[in-house]
Order: sequence, then C-alpha cells, then structure tokens
Amino acid sequence: MDAFTTLTGKVLVLPEENIDTDQIIPGRFLTVTSFDGIGDHAFADWRYDGDGQPIHDCVLNDPRAAQSPVLVAGRNFGCGSSREHAPRALLGFGFRVVISSEIADIFRNNSQNVGLLPVVLDEAVHRELMAMDGTELTVDLEACVVITPDGQRHGFDIDGFARYCLLNGMDRLDFLLAQDDAITTYEQGQRGTP
Amino acid sequence: MSGEATGSGPVNDGVTDTASTDTPKTLFDKLWAAHLVRQESDDTPAVLFIDLHLVHEVTSPQGFDTLRARGIPVRRPDLTLATLDHSTPTTPPDARGERHYYTDQARRQVEQLESNCAEFGVRLEGWDSAQRGVVHVMGPEIGATQPGMTVVCGDSHTATHGAFGALAFGIGTTEVGYVLATQCLLQRKPKAMRITVEGELGPGVGAKDLILHIINTIGVNGGTGHVIEYAGPAIEALSMEQRMTVCNMSIEAGARAGMIAPDEKTIEYLRGRPLCPQGEAFDTAAAHWLTLRSDAHARFDREVHIDASRIGPTLTWGIDPGMSVPIGTAVPEGGAAGTDRALAYMGLDGGQAIAGHPVDIVFVGSCTNGRITDLREVASVLQGREVASHTRMLVVPGSEAVRRQAEEEGLHDVFLSAGAEWREPGCSMCLAMNGDLVPSGKTAVSTSNRNFEGRQGPGSRTHLASPLTAAACAVAGRVVDPRDYLGGSPLGGKPSGHDPGGHTPAGDSSRGNSPRGASPQGESPQGDSPREAA
Repeated sequence: MDAFTTLTGKVLVLPEENIDTDQIIPGRFLTVTSFDGIGDHAFADWRYDGDGQPIHDCVLNDPRAAQSPVLVAGRNFGCGSSREHAPRALLGFGFRVVISSEIADIFRNNSQNVGLLPVVLDEAVHRELMAMDGTELTVDLEACVVITPDGQRHGFDIDGFARYCLLNGMDRLDFLLAQDDAITTYEQGQRGTP
Repeated sequence: MSGEATGSGPVNDGVTDTASTDTPKTLFDKLWAAHLVRQESDDTPAVLFIDLHLVHEVTSPQGFDTLRARGIPVRRPDLTLATLDHSTPTTPPDARGERHYYTDQARRQVEQLESNCAEFGVRLEGWDSAQRGVVHVMGPEIGATQPGMTVVCGDSHTATHGAFGALAFGIGTTEVGYVLATQCLLQRKPKAMRITVEGELGPGVGAKDLILHIINTIGVNGGTGHVIEYAGPAIEALSMEQRMTVCNMSIEAGARAGMIAPDEKTIEYLRGRPLCPQGEAFDTAAAHWLTLRSDAHARFDREVHIDASRIGPTLTWGIDPGMSVPIGTAVPEGGAAGTDRALAYMGLDGGQAIAGHPVDIVFVGSCTNGRITDLREVASVLQGREVASHTRMLVVPGSEAVRRQAEEEGLHDVFLSAGAEWREPGCSMCLAMNGDLVPSGKTAVSTSNRNFEGRQGPGSRTHLASPLTAAACAVAGRVVDPRDYLGGSPLGGKPSGHDPGGHTPAGDSSRGNSPRGASPQGESPQGDSPREAA
C-alpha cells in the first residue's frame, strides 16, 4: 500500500447521496482474480451506455476527472457490499481521497486498508466543499486537516491506527503477525474451555 | 468447525456468564470481550479472534495471493470453510457434464478457489458437494454457525449468522487475507443498538416485510457504526429462517452486524446438524448457548421500538432498501433530488399507487430468502395457479440441501407447473454476476436484498419484497397484496377467470372472488401453509 501524507489536487464532486458500491463497481466486474486494471470499470454504468459508448454528460468522463485525486461525494458514500473492489476501483481511476459527511463502515475500513483516504467532515463544511467542484484542495493527513484555496483549515478525525498505517504505507498484516504469541495463548485457552 | 475443532470442546466461543459479577452487558459486549486476543487502545484497534471464516470465490483470490507472496499458511484451516456461489451458473451441466459459465473469467475465478483450497488445505464445499450453497444459507444449514461464535466472510451479508447469537462481520478482501493468515480481525468496538419489535406480525406479513420496514424507519445509514440486537416478542416469534432474513439485511441499514439472542428455537434448529457437537456434548453446549443474552439492564447506545402489528406487506419502490412503502399505498411525490432520481430510474410517477405496477421478472432466492421455508411460502401461493404470461419467474434454491428438500416435497413441481424456472443453487440474480440478469428497463420483484441501480443487471429496476409477495406478483404479473393470494388457489386446479392471477386489477374491490374472500380475515389464512406446519 502506498503511503499517504499530504496531497494537493483538484476536486471532483458527485453530489448524489447513498452512492453504493454497486455504482462504484458493478457486480459483473467482480469475477476478477486480481485488482489490476479494475479502475477501468469504476462507475462503469454511469460512464458507459448499454452499447459500451461513453456517456458524454457524465462528469466522470470529463478529462478533468482523471486529474482530480479528491472525490467529494454526497452523504453515506460507499454503502452496500463489502467488495474491496470498490475502493480499489476508485484508486485505479485516480482518486486518493474521498470526502463525505458520512462514509459507510465497511467501505471506510476497506479504503484505509488499501490506501484510499476516507475523510468525514461535518455537514456544514461538507456542503461548502460540495460547491467546490474543480477547485484545488490540500488534504494533510499529518495534521488531519483539509485546506481550501482561501486558506481555511477544516480538521477531521481519523482512527489513530488507520492514520499511522496510511502515513507509513504500513500493511496491517505485519501488526497482526506480530501478535502471534497472544493469538497462540488465546487459542490454547479456547481449547480448554468447558 | 471440522470434527477435530468441535471435538476439542463442545463450546468453543469462550463466552462465560458475567451477569452476576459485573455491570450489565449486552450480548454483543459479551461476545466481543470473549474474543479479545488483545484489547483496543488509543493507538491500536482490538485484535479479535475469529471462530469461523467463510470463504467464497469472489472476495478471496487476492487474499490467498497474500499468503503465497509471504510464504505463510492458512493459520486455522479447521476454522475455515469455502463454497462456490456467486459466479456459478444456475443452469445444470450439459450432456457432457460441462458447466456453462457466463464468462471464462467467472470459470477461472471458481477454478482459482478450487486450487487455492487444495493448496492451503481449506475445506471446500465445491461442485461435487451435496452441501454446497450460498455461503450464508449453507453455513447455518450444516451447523458451522453456532451461538457465541465470531464469524467473518468477505461478504456484507455475513450478518445473517447473527440470527444464531453469533457476532458476524462482513469484511474486505485484504482482511480475508489477514484472517486466513492469523485467524484474527482488527476492529474498533462498534456501538450497540437494540431494535425491540413489539406486537405480532399479521397474516401474510413476514420477516422480509419487517426488516424492510425497519430499514425504512431508521434509514439506510441508521445503523452505521452499530451492531444491532433484534429483540422483543415479534422477533422471538420468528422461525430461525425468518431471523436469518432479518439479520441478513442489517447491512442495508448500514450496521456492522445484526444479532438475536439464542433460544429454544435456535437449539432445536442446530440439534443434529453435522458440524455441531453431538449427543451429550450438544446438550452441554446448548445449556451454555441459552445463557448468551443481554443482561436485564444492559445499556445500549441507541434503542428503537417497532410495532409489528402496524406493518403490512412492504415493497421497495426506489433505488435503496430504505425506499419502501406498504403495498396498499402510493410512492412518494417527487420534489427532492434523491426521490426524483429514484422515481425516474424506476419508471414511476411521483404519488402513484404501487399496486398494479406491471412486473416483468420475479426472482425468488438469495441469502435473504432462498431457504426451504421461503420456497414453501412461494409454493403455497403458486399451487394451482400460473405465472402471468408476460412475467418470467426464476426460483433459485439457496443450497443443494434446500434443492433436495424442495424436490422431496414436490415444491419444484409446483413451480414448474406454474411456469416458473427451477434452477441450481447460487446467488444468481441477486447480484447478476453469473449471467442471470434482469434486462435493462425491465421491472423485477425480487426476494433479494438490494435494489441499487443496476444491481440485477445494467438498467434493471428492482422491487424488493417477501417470498409471498414475490409469488403473488408473479401470478398477477403486477404488484399485488399477497394477502389476496394466501392458501393456494380456491379452485384447487387451473386458475379460472375468477382467479386474481393477471385478471383482477390490484385494489379492485371484487375480493369475493379471491382466495381471501374464501378465507375470512381474522382466522389465519396461512393455517394450512407449510410454513406454519414447519
């Protein structure tokens, strides 16, 4: 997983609420056995019509979309299935940060595991950012702030461990494997439970 | 989970009764505490031991790759169980025994799980298994799921297993790799919510209507950050299959998990299941399982109360599972952006009655409603009736065991005689990965769990409903109230012009001709349905 420290980049706004993981990556693209190239199918049914032709008024087909690493989306982003293909597809498409006023639990967890930074901001700030399509934001994970072009700094909360892993590009498996003794002790205790 | 694992002790969840010594605890608190390998701190999440890891072909290949890349084994193959369900065809093999996958990629994905399981020593209920099924149907059926356990699967509907008083989380593929490698999950402790359902569900109203009503009430994000415990007399009255339907859709309210305290029904369901302890060991385990419940004064972060008696047959009209209405009412007026988008996608006018809306396809199946009791309900409606001529109906059993049982009971004959398709087990049209899909612009009534845009195929329009409602809609070819179709055809044979199937407009007052007329309200119209007998 790539480390995430600070990023300055353009915003793409998807104002819809409850954008679910079936929108982010439709089920028929889940038959893969590797995540390589999955970004090509991000939002496939929003970007392409039934004949596979690009839908021109879809903002995700605008050339600027590929140059916008910050996705600002409506409330309850990423609801639905646990498919990790969703944050992987967003990463593959070019996003590094997703901002909303609410992000679904499993999606948020998966995002943190794969290096996509989920940022939850309060509704007032979120509303402000929803009007900033195309502008440049700085997202600083060291300081846990989002900085708007006029210099306003909006703090956000993130789990300390998730932050540490993202900042260092650390795979949580290393942490878990280091718990081997504790796991073994637990297992031995379990076996004896009457 | 294997014979060895269950043999190591009849109760392997490690939960002990703390009620007398401590502050009152929720069932969730107890299960959480019992599985802590390491407590959470400000710096690190909890390390939680997992008693059962269910695996399927879609969300596991990259997890196994992680093990391979690092040269590490599956830590507890004895607690790991795999099946094939999502990408699998539901049509039988051809004369040469060849299975026809939707794509070569789907075939490769299935073969990859077969080879991964062989390489890492994981038990796979594959094509040759008489137990293969949709992961959340199969797990409980073979007794792999037991009260007090922690269960994970790379699938958001893992909450299903909470119906047994287990703590069951859906996880991503990276975490599948972690659990394969360490049998542990990193997790911050979620909050606890209790949904107490008072009163009784009316005739023709089931678990699916209840959970759709709950999601509508608390919202598709109402459970975010929480584990939900469902409680109250209406929950206790549900069968285990119905409890699984309720817990299954916890994720559709955004919850991390859903659970129901074990009771005698739980014990009776599990008794004799192959992976459960047997004989005396079972009785010892059962006695312990019955202690797994929230203490009397346990504190929940949020409490919700629902009155079951006010719930009618419910159908989603929109593009998330919270957008539902009782069938006798109208869809919302437009105006709000989300509502307008949903109405336009679904091809509905704001304020129109949902009853009478034409139905092209009916899908019965999935981890939500693909169990034997669901199929019996469907058969009770289809008995002596036919699927409307313009409607296609697909019935997909949740597992090989469900298929066998249905065929033993002759339910498949009822489906086939009515003009429905009877398929092989799998996830099928629920998420349309395997080629079973709803064509663009077509309207489906589905017993599955998600009505997201394109969920059942690009451009598909999905209305979620109970098995009874789905069956009644198939007969009518339009959205109807299933209470008009209970108890089989009054004529006991081919439908006549008097049968409501496709002839009587929904909402029509000529109910004297309907089965409901023949079976006066007040007495249980489901009295002779197999569900009641079960």
